Amino acid sequence: MAIITMRQAISDALWEEMERDPKVFILGEEVGVWGGTYAVTKGFLDHFGEKRVRDTPIAESAIVGAGIGAAMVGLRPVSEIMTINFAFVAMDYIVNEAPKMHTMFGGQMKVPLVIRTAGGGGRQLGATHSQTPDAIFAHFPGLKVVSPGTPEDAKGLLKAAIRDDDPVLFIEHAAMYQVRGEVPEGDYTTPIGVSKVQREGDAVTIVTYCKGLQLSMAAADQLSQEGIEVEIVDLRSLRPLDMGPALASFKKTNRAVIVEEGWPSYGVGAEVATRLYEAAFDYADAPVKRVAQKEVPLPYNAALEQFALPQVADVVAAVKEVL
Amino acid sequence: MALKKKDHLELYHQMVLIRRVEERSAELYQAGKIGGFLHLYIGQEAVSTGIVSVRQPQDRIITAYRDHGLALNVGIPAKAVIAELLGKETGVSKGRGGSMHMADVEKNYWGGHAIVGAHLPIAAGMALGDQYEGNDGVTICMFGDGATNIGFFHEGVNLSKVWNLPVLWLCENNQYGMGTAVDRASAVEQIHMKAEGYGIPHSRLEDGMDIMKVREAVGAALDHIRSGKGPYFLEIMTYRFEGHSMGDPQRYREKDEVTKWEESDPIGIYNRYLVKEKIATQADLDKIDQAVETEVTEAVEFAEASPDPGFDTLFDYMYASKE
Repeated sequence: MAIITMRQAISDALWEEMERDPKVFILGEEVGVWGGTYAVTKGFLDHFGEKRVRDTPIAESAIVGAGIGAAMVGLRPVSEIMTINFAFVAMDYIVNEAPKMHTMFGGQMKVPLVIRTAGGGGRQLGATHSQTPDAIFAHFPGLKVVSPGTPEDAKGLLKAAIRDDDPVLFIEHAAMYQVRGEVPEGDYTTPIGVSKVQREGDAVTIVTYCKGLQLSMAAADQLSQEGIEVEIVDLRSLRPLDMGPALASFKKTNRAVIVEEGWPSYGVGAEVATRLYEAAFDYADAPVKRVAQKEVPLPYNAALEQFALPQVADVVAAVKEVL
Repeated sequence: MALKKKDHLELYHQMVLIRRVEERSAELYQAGKIGGFLHLYIGQEAVSTGIVSVRQPQDRIITAYRDHGLALNVGIPAKAVIAELLGKETGVSKGRGGSMHMADVEKNYWGGHAIVGAHLPIAAGMALGDQYEGNDGVTICMFGDGATNIGFFHEGVNLSKVWNLPVLWLCENNQYGMGTAVDRASAVEQIHMKAEGYGIPHSRLEDGMDIMKVREAVGAALDHIRSGKGPYFLEIMTYRFEGHSMGDPQRYREKDEVTKWEESDPIGIYNRYLVKEKIATQADLDKIDQAVETEVTEAVEFAEASPDPGFDTLFDYMYASKE
């Protein structure tokens, strides 16, 4: 297995899918001449040409709206929203158009659209450019929401998303493109809506995804030195949400910490905790604990920003609290 | 494209059918059998009938929520339209869409869309689909005057010019966006002038109550687009005789204005034209009126006798990709 970055894994998935299927094309701000603001589509324009690598105006509604229209008539577009903060500008298309076409017309229309975007804080971009609003999007039936935590999953899930007949919001983390990991050789897909145990243990169950997985893995290494072995369940998809591995793990460890980068109110942790209680209340030996961002628009100041964001130490402390 | 007598009679049939279906729908609404909103097309029949009569089968049509007329024009049976209004399983959208969401993809009719202006970027994407595949179809996107004041309009129209897409922007100016007259909502009253700002050729048809004039204007616009010159913007002046939707008290317009427009009833104009030009006799046309009465009565009976969708079908159309 090769060790590559998250950026390379995502880029490879796009490249391979475009090679495989001529109906796959990408559109978005700076995806072509610039090569992608996170350099994910570098070299694509030269290889695939302007027809399939389409620079757009800074007009998010057009980027996603046109993607929906093209998908409805048989193409397989990948609409790139530069950051998830700009997804609000295209909110109607993401939550109100794409996920409802199939239902509302009695199954006549399919929208095989992927919306790629990057979220997350920690880069001193201020409050409007540093958000993790994943739970908002996962609220809507009809949309699939995927957010990988490793290069292997990023590649496999993006390929699955492109081949999926429904709209998929694919959320990357802007601060994770340099994260490295092993990626299998050859063509493979990772199923959407299937959680995965990323690390086995018996002390506490950590349920997490995306950047939270990185924090949790680092926390697990520290805890292991103290003899505490945590089990880490990576959700990978927020909708459909597979609670199977998390529940099985909770029934084994009887304790859970949920780690996410978004705000806790109405968030992923709130959802997961409730589902654990609903399905396995009798197994709880301690209240389920959430680790998340402090409830404030993120400040620009680096120290303040880091203080507001969840850290490895917060995960370590939370695990010890439920033990 | 000259019309034979049978073609004229078919168009007259469609216009009368729209009128009668709408009148019966209003009654069904008053009787509490139709829920939600009901936006009637009465008064605008020459527009949709004229458009559909000159489009080629490869030309896609998409419209806003005032969509019953177009549904009948493209050949969706009256029984499937009325069944949809009643929310029945036999409705064109299987009871999932209702009044505002009728489509028949097989007939290249891509539906009524209910968020004002949102279908414009989607139409651009559909036109991109044809351009991408090298097809010679034109996407005809119909919308009201009110839709030209929302951001979606500008993003969609701009993108169509930037990418030289084969799309006909067809503004059906019935002079009111809900209860707000054009001059109270739009900085320019001549809506087609908005296309000037995007370098798109444009024109206005003052008499949209005359189907023959609609056919001529739309035919010329489609020829323009099909010759590879990119998008075209056509504004057609028309008038809705009823309120914005059922339950609209219409306090915003004077009785005189409504009476004046009713004198230019598109069905009356077409009737007089056919008789005067000796294309059809009044007896021919009366026969159509009677046939439509029977057709609509049977359609209502069919719809009322149809089953509601079963509870076991609730999730049937949420996702296109089945596990």
